[in-house]
Amino acid sequence: MAEATDRPGLTPSQTVGPFLHLALDVPGDRVAVEPGSDGSIVVRGRVTDGNGDPVPDGLVETWQIDGRFARCATDARGEWVVHTAKPPAAPTRDGTLQAPHLCVSVFARGLLDRVVTRCYFDDEADANDVDPALAAIVEDRRHTLVAGGSAVDGYRFDIRLQGDDETVFFDI
Amino acid sequence: MSDDDVRRAAIASDERDSFAPAPAGTHAPLDSPEYRSTALRHPAHAPVRLDPAKADATELAGPVFGDDAVTEADADLTRAAHGEAVGQRVIVTGRLLDSGGRPIPSSLVEVWQANASGRYAHQRDQWPGTLDPNFAGAGRALTDDEGRYRFVTIRPGAYPWGNHHNAWRPAHIHFSVFGRSFTQRLVTQMYFPDDPLFFQDPILNSIPDEAARRRLVARYDHDVTEPEWALGYQFDVVVRGPGATPLEDRAHG
Ligand SMILES: [Fe+2]
Repeated sequence: MAEATDRPGLTPSQTVGPFLHLALDVPGDRVAVEPGSDGSIVVRGRVTDGNGDPVPDGLVETWQIDGRFARCATDARGEWVVHTAKPPAAPTRDGTLQAPHLCVSVFARGLLDRVVTRCYFDDEADANDVDPALAAIVEDRRHTLVAGGSAVDGYRFDIRLQGDDETVFFDI
Repeated sequence: MSDDDVRRAAIASDERDSFAPAPAGTHAPLDSPEYRSTALRHPAHAPVRLDPAKADATELAGPVFGDDAVTEADADLTRAAHGEAVGQRVIVTGRLLDSGGRPIPSSLVEVWQANASGRYAHQRDQWPGTLDPNFAGAGRALTDDEGRYRFVTIRPGAYPWGNHHNAWRPAHIHFSVFGRSFTQRLVTQMYFPDDPLFFQDPILNSIPDEAARRRLVARYDHDVTEPEWALGYQFDVVVRGPGATPLEDRAHG
């Protein structure tokens, strides 16, 4: 049996810095599901800082319970876009069904560790109303986790790192 | 329930619990004033911690990158179409492990870095360091059955930045790892031993725990060094559980 001291210590996180595009901005990674194919949706948004200015050196990743993964670096206007499909509703450990959502990580210059949030969908109002994670959030901030739009027009999920209407982030 | 059932249930709950937060001091506070860019980019609200019963029942699996997504050439940053990168050739290798010490095989490791002059092959890097037409500065590799990756590259130069007067980043290589699951996703930076610039670097020094900071510094390894060819460094990357607290240890208090 290994002693506790044999276990390796965790590697600390560091910022992606301003030049993350060199390795992490892979155009094909924006597409988890081919645009136009059955069930495909587009989700886009803007990452902004505490002044409301765009974050042009960020990376947004979307992970889903069905194994789909996409990522996109932000452009000069802080905008990102991914093509995916809505994930199925997944249960919590106590068996409650959650509303469909993307698990979202945001990396950026000036972020020493990623921040993690969830992207729910405005057109899933009934499911959102009984979602346990949304219910755990004070009502006036809940909307920051809900993307507006529709499968036809595309969804919009803006991420405000700080300030008025700051996006809710989760401790995972 | 049989003893076996009890044990199985215990392992299941133990595996979940072992995704517990990192020990205090491992990760930098997002608000780290010495690193000025954190000022407007750190969330002012504390992150919301979900009741464990309300968390996802299944840990989100990481993306699968097949062998076809990564070629052997992707792990050699020194070779370009028309020549070889300038600089001190180095081999950087190490293992991707979880905090229980278990290797994570077949997992994507991505790196990016400045060239030997400290300049990135990036449009927004405009300081008067020299560009090297034979160095793009990005690589990727899949870990093998022992969780090991290996890159051949050149030692990056230090570079200046505007954070404070006469600010220089110590030489570093950016690392991005996926691990097996969402909780294990990590982006970090690897440094070289005995860099005289550590003392004034607010990014490395944003990590409160000194032992944790030291884990970002690669170890020179003469056994990795290849004669007449390249210097060798070891750098393990350790991501969160499961398995940080094996059941046996608990039984022993
Ligand atoms: Fe850098």
